[in-house]
Amino acid sequence: MSDRFDLRRLVNHDANLVQLVVLTVVIFALMTALSPEKFLRAYNFESMTFLAPELGLLSIAMMLSMITGGIDLSVIGVGNLAGILAGLFFHAMGGTHGPALAGLGGGIIAIGVAIAIGTGLIAGFINGVLITKLHITPILATIGTAQLYVGICLVLTGGPAVVGFPNGWDAIGNTKLFGLALPLLLFLAVAALTAVLLTRTPLGINLMLIGTNARAALFAGIRSGRAVLVSYVMSGALASIAGILLSGRVNAAKADYGTSYLLEAVLVAVLGGTNPSGGKATVLGVVLALTALMLLSSGFQLMRFSNFLVDFIWGSFLLIVITINAFRNRG
Amino acid sequence: MSALLKRSETVIFLVLLAAVIITGLLNPAAWQLSNIFSLLRANVITGIMALGVLVVMISGGIDISVPYFAMAAMYVTILGMLKTDYAGIFLPFVVSTAIGLALGGLNAFFVHTVRMIPMIVTLGTGTMVRGFLLGVIGTSNINRDQMPGQLIDFASTALVKMQAPDGSTIELSAMVLIYVALALVVHFILAHTMIGRGLYAMGGDREAARRAGFNVRRITWFAYCLSGALAGFAGLLYVSMSWLANPRDLAGTEMDLLAAVVLGGASIFGGRGSVLGTMLGVFMLVLVNNSLIILHVSTTWQRVAVGLIVITACAVTAWRDRRAAAA
Repeated sequence: MSDRFDLRRLVNHDANLVQLVVLTVVIFALMTALSPEKFLRAYNFESMTFLAPELGLLSIAMMLSMITGGIDLSVIGVGNLAGILAGLFFHAMGGTHGPALAGLGGGIIAIGVAIAIGTGLIAGFINGVLITKLHITPILATIGTAQLYVGICLVLTGGPAVVGFPNGWDAIGNTKLFGLALPLLLFLAVAALTAVLLTRTPLGINLMLIGTNARAALFAGIRSGRAVLVSYVMSGALASIAGILLSGRVNAAKADYGTSYLLEAVLVAVLGGTNPSGGKATVLGVVLALTALMLLSSGFQLMRFSNFLVDFIWGSFLLIVITINAFRNRG
Repeated sequence: MSALLKRSETVIFLVLLAAVIITGLLNPAAWQLSNIFSLLRANVITGIMALGVLVVMISGGIDISVPYFAMAAMYVTILGMLKTDYAGIFLPFVVSTAIGLALGGLNAFFVHTVRMIPMIVTLGTGTMVRGFLLGVIGTSNINRDQMPGQLIDFASTALVKMQAPDGSTIELSAMVLIYVALALVVHFILAHTMIGRGLYAMGGDREAARRAGFNVRRITWFAYCLSGALAGFAGLLYVSMSWLANPRDLAGTEMDLLAAVVLGGASIFGGRGSVLGTMLGVFMLVLVNNSLIILHVSTTWQRVAVGLIVITACAVTAWRDRRAAAA
């Protein structure tokens, strides 16, 4: 009891960020101590830089919807739909397999990217309209659209995966640029842009105000409907970029890929200091939380824990973190 | 009359009636007794789990851990029965229900004591329990010839049995009775007991309910434990009816449960909802899936149809609430 008291005094205002840094270091040290020869290999960290960005993008998407006290449960559906639509487009252009598909040119790839991101923008816009214009609670609206988007994935594919993407598309998820994974660079760029948007633009500041007190924001003359709508459009766009990375990395797209990312995205967002009731969120916190959790799950996977067990650990972690935060905030 | 029309139960009932008539006209097979019996049977499991979700939603919470608790309680119970060669029926259901109840207590603890948003809590506990079940307890299916026979016999009990003109037997599962009985119990609790009043009061305004003397802690625990208990019971009944215990089953059906309860007129903010409405909402979802099959629409369209129905129902409810607030 007493050391929690001291810790609280030690870390005051930016307590959450300090807590996250401490957590990351502790997990790193723990994993290193448990299996140094496996965990500290360069290959391990490199594979993390290809995997983490998908979850990172989804977590930032989740964070954006949580800023105004909402939630976006449709992110996985949006990501998969974006990948599937792009895949079907490529199959229409270059056949379902063979060198013609693999060798599709840069122009076609660019159109594919546009289709995917366009899907995310439209899907996010639909979410936003349902929430701001039809006044449906975000949970219900995005549960409904999650069913709808996954349903469309199933109708388009009939169930099985769309396998086989052009080499240029796969490169997005698998190549390195300046010695770093391309997905990582993309993620860092998106994260930086979002951070600037949230802290330095009227839109971001308005979103924070709406999340803190929707009524006060209304009286202050903020056009909250529009700001919230934009936040869901952005959430959809980020989800579709995650879909591009995922389908590029595994060279396939399917209606139920990445379903465990939903909880993980919520977890990363909440662990990163996002208040699910709205009004509080930082991109830096989310990036730190992502780092901590990627280290944790990679360490457990190296120790041959099953994926299910890693799910169990993530779930427990979420509950422990919210408990600690609750007691800390109460004091 | 207008008061009756304003009730969401009436609206869903009319929509349901229209749907039944239209599918029947398009394909008379829909009105065959065998189809109606199988429709009723299909309500049982979703219905029992939805009752728990309803109680939590009335209290102002949300519970998306239900299908995962159901599978965990079921699987542990079945494994225990196989280990001990237990031959009864009653005790396994008690055990499965008790496991569900204990897991529900976990939700209640985090929701009440930690004061975390129920959505996040139940997402966490659901994932945790599922991860533990599949990562530690086991992933293998227990199929027809390994399943305890007495459970299958029990779940095959027929209420009505008759010969169809073509010689096949048509029967109505007696499990429908269990569903109706549980629904009546939950209805009685909600409508005629102090804790039921408390659930509505707390869902309407937690602080006001507390000041009015309701024990909000006890009410929260009651709601989540009841939901967990119903999940545990439904889980074992589900595998007894389907003759296969697969711990991966029912994943993702939490969204269907929420959809059914919301379709049934319950408010996601709490304080509003009824057993009859939820039963109609469940029936609606079952009917949609059944009608699509009867009308020869590819089953891949089911999710799209359910999604559109949920969105439409929520939009209509939101619009009605706003109009009521403005008036």
